Amino acid sequence: MSATLGYYPGCSQSGTAAEYDISTRACCQALGVELADVPDWTCCGSTPAHTVDHHLAGALAARNLLQAEAAGFARVATPCPSCLAALKTADAHLHGPGADETYRAEVERLLGRPVPGPVESVSVLQVLFEQVGPEAIRKLVKRPLTGLRVAPYYGCIMNRPPGLMTFDDPENPVAMDEILAACGATVVDFPFKTECCGAAFAMPRLDIMQRLSARILDTAQNAGADCVVVACPLCQMNLDLRRGQVNAASGQDIRMPVPYFTQLLGLALGVEENKLGMGKLVLPLAPALTAAHKREQALAAERAAKAAAKNGKPAAQNGAEPCKEDAPCA
Amino acid sequence: MRIGVMVCHCGNNIAATVDVEAVAAAAREFPDVVYATDHMYACSDPGQKNIEQVIRDLKLDGVVVASCSPRMHEVTFRRAVERAGLNRYMFEMANIREHVAWISLDRKRNTQKATDLVRMAVEKLRVDRPLTPKSFDVQKRVLIVGGGVAGIQAALDCADGGLDVVLVERKSSIGGIMSKLDKTFPTVDCSVCVLGPKMVDAGQNPRITLHTLSEVDEVSGYVGNFEVKIRKHTTYVDWTKCTGCGACEEKCPSRKVPDAFNENVSFTTAIGIPFPQAIPKRATINAAHCIRLTKGKCGACEKVCPTGAIDYDMQDEVVTEKVGAIIAATGLNLFDHKKCGEYGAGRYPDVVTSLAYERMLSASGPTAGHIKRPSDGMEPKTVVFISCVGSRDRSLGRPYCSGFCCMYTAKQALLTRDHIPDSKAFVFYMDIRANGKGYEEFVRRAQEEYGVEYVRGRVAQIYPRNGQLIVRGADTLLGAQVEVAADLVVLAVGAEAAQGSPELAEKLRISYDAYGFFMESHPKLRPVETNTVGVFLAGACQGPKDIPASVAQASAAAGKVLALLSKDKLESDPQIALVTTNRCIGCGKCERTCPFGAIRMRELRDGSLRAEVVETVCQGCGICSVTCPVRAIQLQHFTDSQLLAEVNALCRTWDETTES
Amino acid sequence: MLSPRQTVDLVAERDMAFVEAVARESGQDLKSCYQCGNCTAGCAYTHDYDIPVHQVMRLVQLGHKERALNCRSIWLCATCQACTTRCPNNIEVATVMDVLRHMARREGHAPERLVKSFTDGFLASVARHGRVFEVGLAAVFAVISGKPMQDAGLGPAMLSRGKLAFLPHEPSSKGKEEVAAIFRRFKEGTPGHAAGHGSGQISGEDAK
Repeated sequence: MSATLGYYPGCSQSGTAAEYDISTRACCQALGVELADVPDWTCCGSTPAHTVDHHLAGALAARNLLQAEAAGFARVATPCPSCLAALKTADAHLHGPGADETYRAEVERLLGRPVPGPVESVSVLQVLFEQVGPEAIRKLVKRPLTGLRVAPYYGCIMNRPPGLMTFDDPENPVAMDEILAACGATVVDFPFKTECCGAAFAMPRLDIMQRLSARILDTAQNAGADCVVVACPLCQMNLDLRRGQVNAASGQDIRMPVPYFTQLLGLALGVEENKLGMGKLVLPLAPALTAAHKREQALAAERAAKAAAKNGKPAAQNGAEPCKEDAPCA
Repeated sequence: MRIGVMVCHCGNNIAATVDVEAVAAAAREFPDVVYATDHMYACSDPGQKNIEQVIRDLKLDGVVVASCSPRMHEVTFRRAVERAGLNRYMFEMANIREHVAWISLDRKRNTQKATDLVRMAVEKLRVDRPLTPKSFDVQKRVLIVGGGVAGIQAALDCADGGLDVVLVERKSSIGGIMSKLDKTFPTVDCSVCVLGPKMVDAGQNPRITLHTLSEVDEVSGYVGNFEVKIRKHTTYVDWTKCTGCGACEEKCPSRKVPDAFNENVSFTTAIGIPFPQAIPKRATINAAHCIRLTKGKCGACEKVCPTGAIDYDMQDEVVTEKVGAIIAATGLNLFDHKKCGEYGAGRYPDVVTSLAYERMLSASGPTAGHIKRPSDGMEPKTVVFISCVGSRDRSLGRPYCSGFCCMYTAKQALLTRDHIPDSKAFVFYMDIRANGKGYEEFVRRAQEEYGVEYVRGRVAQIYPRNGQLIVRGADTLLGAQVEVAADLVVLAVGAEAAQGSPELAEKLRISYDAYGFFMESHPKLRPVETNTVGVFLAGACQGPKDIPASVAQASAAAGKVLALLSKDKLESDPQIALVTTNRCIGCGKCERTCPFGAIRMRELRDGSLRAEVVETVCQGCGICSVTCPVRAIQLQHFTDSQLLAEVNALCRTWDETTES
Repeated sequence: MLSPRQTVDLVAERDMAFVEAVARESGQDLKSCYQCGNCTAGCAYTHDYDIPVHQVMRLVQLGHKERALNCRSIWLCATCQACTTRCPNNIEVATVMDVLRHMARREGHAPERLVKSFTDGFLASVARHGRVFEVGLAAVFAVISGKPMQDAGLGPAMLSRGKLAFLPHEPSSKGKEEVAAIFRRFKEGTPGHAAGHGSGQISGEDAK
């Protein structure tokens, strides 16, 4: 079994989410995480497959697990939460505690060959968080994202349902928060971390996506964020590419860049912008970064001025009145 | 030997599927059986009189009754034969109801099986021996573990009944949760005002010894003669000198100690009295926050104490008490809302628990009864109450209903509307459980008279926005998702077993359920007894319940204790293990396997060891008799010979029938 | 919830076969739902549903097959898993909604025409290319939705950032054929299976 991670990019990575793929590969390289593409991978079926038939979805996903297994990968990493859910669901139904003989038989029929053995699937976020970790990342940061206020937006299925995704808290996940904090960013208190953005409804029911994504942008702005950081191709597309559509419906004009967390991580690690697909963001990040830096410098200057004015007065410790050893206690 | 057999019809219960006359007829042919009959209801008055008559007339040595389960009427029939002059252990029961009539409709096979069981009973009776219970002295003292309202009530009742009481409480003052409440439902009485006098009585009663800031370390002994080691944790204050004046509290510089009594909503000092009505009203130092004890500096309290009661070198003390009975009244804990991610997992200061809110409502609480948001101290105008937090929830491992939350929520909502007349109060609920006296009327009053708005549906999420908390729930009656912008959210947290319950149960050798609540002997008929003789239960430690139920149980437990200890001597059950000393090889295996610690190894004059059974502790489980390699220890009334007699009877009978 | 037109007979109108089928296919015990509404409370899509999710669950409990399978809600569920995550009785509510959608398809109900078309188009693209050809799907959908200009404004932004891949990005080896075979076997269904199960479910051609 190879220690290398099998990498399953998913269909969007070659088109609308190209920068996620580019920046993921760049970050993993910078952090020493070896990725090898799952050979001859095909579509996992994503949401459309499981809304038609669970066995069809299972077969489409299982085919990729077979490819991974054949290539010797015990573990597959994918950037897309929907692909992750498809792969994990297939594996759970085949090998998990609730494993089903009927399911296995039907998936096998559709595949035309025996089903794969157990293969673990994880998100790129989980790999970076667990295998590398925020502490290690902090030490490697060359260009901290100081002053950048980020709203980490995990999307609805990255951590849910907890029984399947088994990573981080389903109500208040913190993996991205901690990685971004390690990069020097200021993580705002963003209460909509796991609220759905409208997912794949953008095309068939634009009105739904508009309403849900507008909520996300509005809440992020209300929380004081400079940008919304994402880990899902659909979330990114809805909030960035379709920002105009979202704003049109909500009547607001929210201008908030939506970088992938791997892009910010890459920047912090000192990777060049063109190697992170920064140019592919519809609303560029650079202006927000510059503005954040300027604001931080101004705040730092203000703090220094206040400290200078207060010079000489000792600060109280823990709120308790300090004990004056020379004076009597009573 | 002269044996009499009575086979009961039990009306139709047995006779419908067993030919009882045939069983009696067969029994007549058994060895040593001189009389066999059937009877409609053996346990009835005429039935019993019949048994007694036959014993006397026919000079019987033993009786077999074939009827229901011994759990039903063994005691009844034993008394009957005793009245007729026989030793009560010269009696055997064959269960031909629960074990035969009620499990099969095959009359032929049932009758055969019933006959076999009667045969077995007869054969055992033929090798039974009369047994005599012994009596032993009892301590007319009771230990009560837990000083909440149940413990206090039980203590007062026992003391009134003439018993000495040792009351052990883990906190520095008695009073429990009731002392933290502002008002109680449904009368809206001031809680500590009704509890206070009882607390004072408990503190002043000459028969009641209080050990607060104390815990039970070890329990040994047996009913009537328990020996309990109590660890008195150090208060660092000599309570014989402390007058409760509070001067130490005023001068203490360590003022940022989270106030546990106020549910950590406010801060207090490292030394002090937990609340004004505390009993005993004595100061205690919280060592973790005391500057003197952690850093070696300060010592302000020692300097200012008028009676010189402070003692920084004080140590824990262990006292031993001998008692005849124990009542566990350790109460409950509340569910930790930090487990609820959707409600903020404790991150939002304006999402508080019901008990914290109770402190905020209380006039002697951290805000002097003015309801204030913890975040900014402002008065809330919209308060949302969420029911069933940690109750009725399988996903949190708490499927049970806690029973009092609907009521206390109605009370808190009502009080909110009372304190802040222009406020709005919403209660999100699934069902309303209001089954006590005046309870339903109280809930209606909250809605109709005080305008509390009840919304039927759970809350999926709470999140902050612009200084308020958006509460997003459902109104299932309307069929819609609903939202309220709240200033304050109160979570109706459910009941949990008190911390340390399993450990205490192990010490008391009582059972507890999957949630840590102590188990009663019988859920319907014996709610305050445990399966360990001499240990009783009172209050919420047995299961979530409100104050009236706790008080009732406490008095019930006290009644049981008074009845138990009303005699000067108690009788021990002779169906216990007995060692044949000259057979015992002193290997000690029985001592090690006995789960009750009822066996001691005694040294003979020649230095060799022999096992000895402490008769009053032995529960008659029989594990020792199975363990003994030389069969030196035997369970009386269930000796190897007696049990083998039954087995042989069955096998022989089976042999005979299979041949034909 | 749409009000039933007459008094509901709790016994005669209960389709037990439907209740059992839903329980079996979803693997969920619907009796453990005590209608607390937590699912509806957290549902991001409830505003577009005709029947809120907790009432869909109620319809299933009562065995009201027609009403359950005809609603729009099951087509508008994104399986965002908010409901499943929060259900106090550990019911996978999103899975139940999914299963109802499967059943609706089999029975020929699709009140949300465009959602079905999008799904069918997506899967047709996968069946044809082995992976989703995004541009192809968008083009097809623009035509069949009758709203070809809806996303026209996005074109320039995508083009200038190289996000429009005009050729399908197909698998390198046998993947394309293998995926096509999966779909073919799915359409054919198992010999002896009940009609409608696994056959003719999706079609790129008649996605209108």
